[in-house]
Amino acid sequence: MSAKPRGGLAALAPFLWLGVFFLFPFFLVAKLSLSDTALAMPPYAPRVDWSAGSEGVRAFFAALDFETYARLTSDSLYIASYLSSLRFAAVATGMLLIIGYPIAYGMSRFPPAQRQALLMAVILPFWTSFLIRVYAWIAVLKPQGLLNAALAQIGLGPLNLLNTDTAVYIGLVYAYLPFMVLPLYAVLEKQDQSQLEAAADLGCTPSQAFWRVTFPLSLPGVAAGALLCFIPMVGEFVIPDLLGGSGTLMLGKTIWAEFFANRDWPAASAVAIVLLATLVIPILLYQRQQQKMIEAAQ
Amino acid sequence: MKAPSAFNRVSVAAGLAFLYLPIILLVIYSFNASRLVTVWGGFSTKWYGALLQDDQLLDAIGVTLRVGLISATLATVLGVLAAVALVRSGRFKGRLLFSGMVFAPLVMPEVVLGLSLLLLFVAVGLPRGFWTVTVSHATVTLCYATVVIQARLVSFDKALEEAARDLGCTPVQAFFAVTLPNIAPAVAAAWMLAFTLSLDDLVIASFTSGPGATTLPMRIYSQVRLGVSPEINAVSTLLIGLVATGVIGVYLVQQRRARVADLGAG
Amino acid sequence: MTTTRRPRLNIGAVRSSFAPWADPTLQPLVRFDGVSKRFGAETAVNNVSLSIYESEFFALLGPSGCGKTTLMRLLAGFETPDAGRITLAGQDLAGMPPHRRPVNMMFQSYALFPHLSVEQNIGFGLKQQGMPKGQIADRVVEMLALVRLQGLARRKPHQLSGGQRQRVALARAIAPNPKMLLLDEPLAALDKKLREETQFELIALQQRLGMTFLIVTHDQEEAMVTADRIAVMREGQIVQIGRPAEVYETPNSRYVADFIGDVNLFEGAVTAADGKVVKMATADCPAGFEALEDDAVSVGSTAWLGVRPEKIELHLDPPKDGPNRLAGKVADYGYLGDWTTYVVELESGRTVRAARANASRLVARPIACDDAVWLTFAPDAAVVLTR
Repeated sequence: MSAKPRGGLAALAPFLWLGVFFLFPFFLVAKLSLSDTALAMPPYAPRVDWSAGSEGVRAFFAALDFETYARLTSDSLYIASYLSSLRFAAVATGMLLIIGYPIAYGMSRFPPAQRQALLMAVILPFWTSFLIRVYAWIAVLKPQGLLNAALAQIGLGPLNLLNTDTAVYIGLVYAYLPFMVLPLYAVLEKQDQSQLEAAADLGCTPSQAFWRVTFPLSLPGVAAGALLCFIPMVGEFVIPDLLGGSGTLMLGKTIWAEFFANRDWPAASAVAIVLLATLVIPILLYQRQQQKMIEAAQ
Repeated sequence: MKAPSAFNRVSVAAGLAFLYLPIILLVIYSFNASRLVTVWGGFSTKWYGALLQDDQLLDAIGVTLRVGLISATLATVLGVLAAVALVRSGRFKGRLLFSGMVFAPLVMPEVVLGLSLLLLFVAVGLPRGFWTVTVSHATVTLCYATVVIQARLVSFDKALEEAARDLGCTPVQAFFAVTLPNIAPAVAAAWMLAFTLSLDDLVIASFTSGPGATTLPMRIYSQVRLGVSPEINAVSTLLIGLVATGVIGVYLVQQRRARVADLGAG
Repeated sequence: MTTTRRPRLNIGAVRSSFAPWADPTLQPLVRFDGVSKRFGAETAVNNVSLSIYESEFFALLGPSGCGKTTLMRLLAGFETPDAGRITLAGQDLAGMPPHRRPVNMMFQSYALFPHLSVEQNIGFGLKQQGMPKGQIADRVVEMLALVRLQGLARRKPHQLSGGQRQRVALARAIAPNPKMLLLDEPLAALDKKLREETQFELIALQQRLGMTFLIVTHDQEEAMVTADRIAVMREGQIVQIGRPAEVYETPNSRYVADFIGDVNLFEGAVTAADGKVVKMATADCPAGFEALEDDAVSVGSTAWLGVRPEKIELHLDPPKDGPNRLAGKVADYGYLGDWTTYVVELESGRTVRAARANASRLVARPIACDDAVWLTFAPDAAVVLTR
């Protein structure tokens, strides 16, 4: 390390950028959530009257209130959509773990050269458009879709899946599978084969060796994968919007609807703040996890 | 190393089938002569021809590409700086806040990011359009770029920079002469990631875009709400083909380079 | 290289006539003056003062974490001292960044630039100095010849063997013709055989160039073979400086005696000291210990007698009574090829190590475990340590 913190100097530009375009806007969201609903279009009341000096600032704060939040909590639709978002995200995370773990584990057992290709195969869908991948499921799930056509061939069906919660779960699992598999694979692949041999040598059957050695060692990957999926899923918009029905309630959809359909910006902001408040602990956990992994690498 | 068991093979195969089947079906049906999804009406490329007539769609493609190129470049430059700051500088004032700001957008719901950026542009009275989308995309993808470059920098031997300093380079010279050439693949990967993310984004663009700056995903979304259509299948196939070719190309080049390195070392 | 170089008689031997540190009229090339460096709560270098002279091959020796690498990095400019002063050729180095310091370093990891060829690596520092292209090419050819890597100029580092990489790193550091070459564990990554060969190459190179070398190592053999002088470090401080033979034969503390080579330490009370011979009482020998020691040792104090295993004689028949005579039985032994080391358990229960050269292939009377043996050593084989 040189004497001067020259890294700090390099950090200045992205630091400023993120400050202006990431951090500061959150204060605007917070402010707007406390503003009056009556003025649905900008400018919103209250505004800071800078010419009045500290008086103006005081007046500004005095005019802020929790009216919008009071409205949210009194409306059962908001509460239902909040709880349903958490349920969707939690259940889908569980499903992703159950589905993603065998895939990641299976990949890590392949010889290194093939592993690289498999890794590539799992990453590739992540690079292709999220919207298009969700859209692809519409053709599969719709009443006269490919799934029902296939079921009809074997004398089953038809299933009405599109615009149901089931379709949302399918979409969530499908879209977030790479995010679950990659962190799991990263820890599983690093595992030293000789650890399993040592476990076998000490009397473990392969399945005992898995539960007593491999699985505990993979827990950081489980945590990283679960957080990486859960957090954005709570606020997911595209999947419930395209695959879910009118009864599918999720916060991302609610924010979108309040903003674009109802033009109720303060309500959209308040829902966003509630969403953030809910996610702040998982996000901090995720950050700590990442920091630990980086430090371990260093 | 033991060969993968049957269970391992089936898990991986089923996982990949799940990931790829819908995409493959979409690609196949983009060549369907019939407008109906479940009826195969013979092979046809007419929907691709129809795309070329659709000025609105072509417009949207142009906007998307320009937004992607500019925002990805901005994000990569800022991402390199941010990654260097995070990896090389140890502790500095506000480091926790800084790393928080870098990591948070990765998991932040897009609706929240979109809404907050929109409120910023409204607050400063910036008319929404091409540049607001570009800046928004640069902000979000900057974080992804930082993570990719940071991962490479962490494993980069710090002694290389010190050696350059020892041999007469100033810190800035050392960065350009030694560090940058060696992290170049990661920088390129970061740029590609930023570019594809920008290409993909619907939610943030919907919030921060304005008249005359409709991006391709926004265009697709408005069509998709009306149902499955072969034109959308065709444009999706093109997009998938473009991205897949790019990603696989980069992957193969890297594989070849790695093999050459192995041969040389062996 | 236009520097006048001193002829040396044989490689690896002590240059007995070369002792600039003994000449009070000479100015040292490098001088550390009360230098300290802390990392958080840890003191890596603690008030170190040290002088290194022109053309000297100087070794910093110590276990990992003793501060030797930090001391070198302070000189290269990668760390800034918290206290003290470092001067090079009379110039204070404070505030001078690494790229302006006329010293070059060979890194433990070699730190070869993977994106540059061998010749580009070697020419890197020259280009940075602004040397014209033609001259750089000449100098690179000269350096390649010096480290015997002709023909590999176009290779990339990953196409080289470990030994070749080591030599590229060396050539790269020497090419800018620094006032001093810093070598951070230069041989640690090589296997044993190559390491031994390279030690002698380093010495030959240093003599040909007449350059001042500072080597950091944890390997005592490496330091002993290569260096004119060794500084033994412990917990951020220098505990002894001297020629290899001085440090080995007259260690100034139990720590140095134990760190460099093997030693048997006997604790005892000093019963007599006349400035030539020190006598000590011990339970292990009725007649006590006797050692030649001209340093002042006070009678009645506790001291330690250090005796190296190879200086102990092993007898199968009882020698005549006298001082420095120990009786015991063989508890264990290890055959090392050139030597055999015996662990002898004395009647008191403590063990002593004695080494015997395997001078002939057949031994008339082989020694086995539990054999009764006697150990003796001469008064000039032992050293009295007071700390």
